[in-house]
Amino acid sequence: MTPFRYLAPTSIGAAIDALKASGGTAKLLGGGTDLLMALRARRYAASVVVDTKRIPELSGVNVRADGSFRIGAATPCSVVAADPALSAAWPGVAESANLIGSVQVRNRATLAGNLCNASPAADSVPALIAAGAVAVVAGPGGERRLAVEQVTTGPGTTALAPDEMLVAFELPAPAPRSGSAYLRLTPRTEMDIAIVGCGIALTLAADGTIAAARMALGAVAPTALPVPEAAGVLVGRRLDDAALKALDAVARAACRPITDKRGTSAYRIRGAGVLARRAAILAASRAEAQP
Amino acid sequence: MTMKISTTLNGESVDFLCEPNQTLLEALRDRLGLTGTKEGCGSGDCGACSVIMNGRVVASCLVLAAEAEGAAITTVEGLAKDGVLHPLQQRFLEHAALQCGFCTPGILVAAKALLDANPNPTEAEVRLGLAGNLCRCTGYDKIVRAVFAAAADLRGETVA
Repeated sequence: MTPFRYLAPTSIGAAIDALKASGGTAKLLGGGTDLLMALRARRYAASVVVDTKRIPELSGVNVRADGSFRIGAATPCSVVAADPALSAAWPGVAESANLIGSVQVRNRATLAGNLCNASPAADSVPALIAAGAVAVVAGPGGERRLAVEQVTTGPGTTALAPDEMLVAFELPAPAPRSGSAYLRLTPRTEMDIAIVGCGIALTLAADGTIAAARMALGAVAPTALPVPEAAGVLVGRRLDDAALKALDAVARAACRPITDKRGTSAYRIRGAGVLARRAAILAASRAEAQP
Repeated sequence: MTMKISTTLNGESVDFLCEPNQTLLEALRDRLGLTGTKEGCGSGDCGACSVIMNGRVVASCLVLAAEAEGAAITTVEGLAKDGVLHPLQQRFLEHAALQCGFCTPGILVAAKALLDANPNPTEAEVRLGLAGNLCRCTGYDKIVRAVFAAAADLRGETVA
């Protein structure tokens, strides 16, 4: 790695000051599982590495009185995945965090890094979008909130300014009788990168029809892809064969994938439809199990 | 700018000097002479550099040495106590759960972290727990069997 300074500020303000002072040459360090690899490979250089893990507000999963969640940006995936309240409320988010890399990686890697590294195949991003998660971004002028789907702008690029940092995710309290799921298509069960990923969240009405649906796909477009058409074909219906067939069709229609060594465009499109159906069935079964 | 880092390393207070762009793996091997921890891929894929940091197994090639300030770290050198092998080390020998041995320190450390958190794991839990540790010669069956035998030892159960 080329030389850099290492800073471990203990407040968001001090971290922003460091970003600002660097004139855009600083890099934020969460878990480092992407950053240190990129620095070693000299894919980019940094004058300063700003470690975010000593900032108290950036650590931990907190459930608030209204049932909503705040996940600190520096919280490792293993802590996110093991959080009992989050796993009960948003199982799709917890299971996506539990799929990233190995135990060694999950003990370091963060959801904020997974999002801001801006890989199209990031596992947690479709799950967060399906959960309606909001990214809290701090900068010199204070905080702003962006829907998770607005954070990445393309492979490796984000909407954050060089002197801004993601400090937390906020997830709403799930409505009663809601369930979520994240599934991905990979040749290996672990230590692999999604060929397709699908996050979905469903809410059931008292009569068993679907009252609300949010779905997003990963690895089938330059960024994780919200599929608002999923709500259009599911809301007001039961999750029967016809609804699943319609969901499969809207998932496939949304895809704009590339062909690479992991899979062809056609394979990804077909896989997106299959995963959408399976994830919807899993999410609905979880919603039915809710009181 | 050289930094001074204070840690608890294998149970003892240890200070060391490092550069900001050095990894924990480099500090362990090159500054502290603890060469049990190996560099395999250098990209967090193989697990040969696994160490336990504040109770969690991490790939030390993807940790900056400076991040270890105030941390408790266990390397493979910290497993044996007073010349007595850790049950994992003893069972790896008995089950021939290694050939070239390069991956072994990382697997021992990852297995220790696994059993510390889950003393009675299923086979699936062992295999998933060690999925971040690659072995290219032994194959995983002997490793899994050795971990099970060590887990039984650590639970105080007699193994026939």
